[in-house]
Amino acid sequence: MTKKKDGSGSQGLTNDDIGADLRREMFRLQVEIRDCEKRANDLFFQNLIKGTSHLSLGQEAIAAGMAVAMRPGDKSFCTYRGHAHTLARGVPMEKVLGELMLRDNGLMRGKGGSMHLTSVEHGVMGSYAIIGAHLPIACGAAWRAQYLGESDVSVCFFGDGTTNIGAFHEALNFAAIWKLPVVFVCENNLYMEYTPIGDVTAVEHPAADRASAYGLERIVIDGNDADAVYRTALAAFGKARAGEGPTLIECMTYRHSGHSRADPAKYRPAGELEKWLEKDPVKIYRARLLEFGIAEEEIKGIEAESKRKVEEATEACKASPPAPDDILTTDVYADGGWSWRN
Amino acid sequence: MAELTYRDAVARGIAQEMQRDNNVVFLGEDVAKAGGVFKATVGLYEQFGPLRVRDTPISEQAILGAAMGAAMTGLRPIAEIMFADFAAVCFDYIANEFPKLRYMTNGQLGCPLVVRTGNGGGARFGAQHSQSIENWTMMIPGLKVVAPSSPVDVIGLMAAAVRDDNPVIFHEHKSLYAIKGEVPDGEIVDTLGTAKILRPGKDATILALALMVPRALQAAETLAAEHGIDCEVIDVRSLVPLDTNTILNSVARTGRLFTVEENPRLCGWGAEIASIVADEAFWDLDGPIVRITTPHIPLPAADHLEDLALPGAPRIAERIARSMNGSAR
Repeated sequence: MTKKKDGSGSQGLTNDDIGADLRREMFRLQVEIRDCEKRANDLFFQNLIKGTSHLSLGQEAIAAGMAVAMRPGDKSFCTYRGHAHTLARGVPMEKVLGELMLRDNGLMRGKGGSMHLTSVEHGVMGSYAIIGAHLPIACGAAWRAQYLGESDVSVCFFGDGTTNIGAFHEALNFAAIWKLPVVFVCENNLYMEYTPIGDVTAVEHPAADRASAYGLERIVIDGNDADAVYRTALAAFGKARAGEGPTLIECMTYRHSGHSRADPAKYRPAGELEKWLEKDPVKIYRARLLEFGIAEEEIKGIEAESKRKVEEATEACKASPPAPDDILTTDVYADGGWSWRN
Repeated sequence: MAELTYRDAVARGIAQEMQRDNNVVFLGEDVAKAGGVFKATVGLYEQFGPLRVRDTPISEQAILGAAMGAAMTGLRPIAEIMFADFAAVCFDYIANEFPKLRYMTNGQLGCPLVVRTGNGGGARFGAQHSQSIENWTMMIPGLKVVAPSSPVDVIGLMAAAVRDDNPVIFHEHKSLYAIKGEVPDGEIVDTLGTAKILRPGKDATILALALMVPRALQAAETLAAEHGIDCEVIDVRSLVPLDTNTILNSVARTGRLFTVEENPRLCGWGAEIASIVADEAFWDLDGPIVRITTPHIPLPAADHLEDLALPGAPRIAERIARSMNGSAR
């Protein structure tokens, strides 16, 4: 790849199709997601996060590449493994960690918890903890855009395990026949929960190898390369906005940690994690920045700023009280209350 | 004023709301070009066009999921689940997604939609196309649940359901589609959460829903003519919100309560009402609360067996007379 001066960034380094500013942004997002997820892990072991949690360590490039390609107004539909996608849309760490810690400063004041992160003002239209449920929901949001002539795209993230549930297939067919502006993003991290996806799926690529059944293109990309994710996302979003219908993207990646807090991931064959750590998206992208002439000092600045943000957010969450008891019964119904009788 | 069938009232109710609000859209299996398998949505496709009235594949999860995604981003969808029994294949949306969205997101998102279902028995369709599932939906916090028994209520409650900012499950009764009733001209808008006293009476209160309403009314006439028992018949109409005021006031006057429920016995809607009345109106009661229900069995297809299973007017009258015997005022 040639490197030319484009004058767009502060360093004025490259004018490849992505450019220095977007690369910095994708790096920043990956670093911040990584640090925030690591902090979430630490907070668990300090018993400051209760319940469960599903980390995206190792899968940050997908969140970063997709989010950078989105426009304001585009909608993200996430799963219970949704911290990364929520942070990537610009939701402050404090709001995410606060929700994980079930404090009053959390996104939903502790009423949702780690599996249901939602920030409508940032386009994060919910994190859904029933496998497959949100694919049809994303179709519906896309249908609204199509019906009202609005230009936003609905982006639906899910894991490889989702590809074997009925809602996945119903949604793909539905989106295809109605030509909906929705982009389905499968994060294939090789394991559904504890079982390798290959052991329970009839095809090698659980998402992409099903695409043809719905008249869609077979797309498999390196999900640990934010640039590849970004480029693929741009093409898919362009197609969606042009009224040409949905795209299904299978991103190959790897979960560095277990399925959830409860899972030490001992089922993985020896050496597998180490092999994937060599393809660590954050490490890859740090090298990419250097390759494109972004200075080491600047990279270190981004890394330091991320650490500072995590510390600040953690302290703010620790200082936040839990929500008052009176929110127990709020927002069950649209009148704000819970009354089911007169 | 015109006479309209319950089936035509469905189409009129939907049309009224689609006319009023461009954000109201309608989707389901065979609902558009075919006008619905029960012919309850005939003419909507022709009137409102293919963008607003849409046929879907046989994909109940996609239907309800798409309705939800559209609802939470600004539309007011009406979705049809052809037979209420099919709610079981998309129950995730009814049980986990629609009703919990607002709560889990701390009020950031809402889900203003209506799910219409062909509910109930009497059509000899057998165990998987005949169930009364109103109690399945009643038990889920965050849903509203209505089940009209007359054409005018279909229109008015449909309007109220579409205009409501909550997910509303709208149980139409398959065996009522052919009945006729007087319907006023012009816009009709009712209120969710209101029961209706259809027959005033002083000796006992009978609560009924949907197909059980005409049967309860018929039983009340028998009880008056043959036993001198004067029953008040209340069409509950809305299970959530529940009009407990109307029910408790009636029980305070009559001193007796009977529920007539098509759902199978266990955890039927009447059980909750019996509990409320026992708790809050115990000293008004002159005798036991009696629930008249379908037995706790799957529904058979054979006509004589299905008729044995569902509460009919003679059985309702007989059970009430037996219970009132010795305690009638």
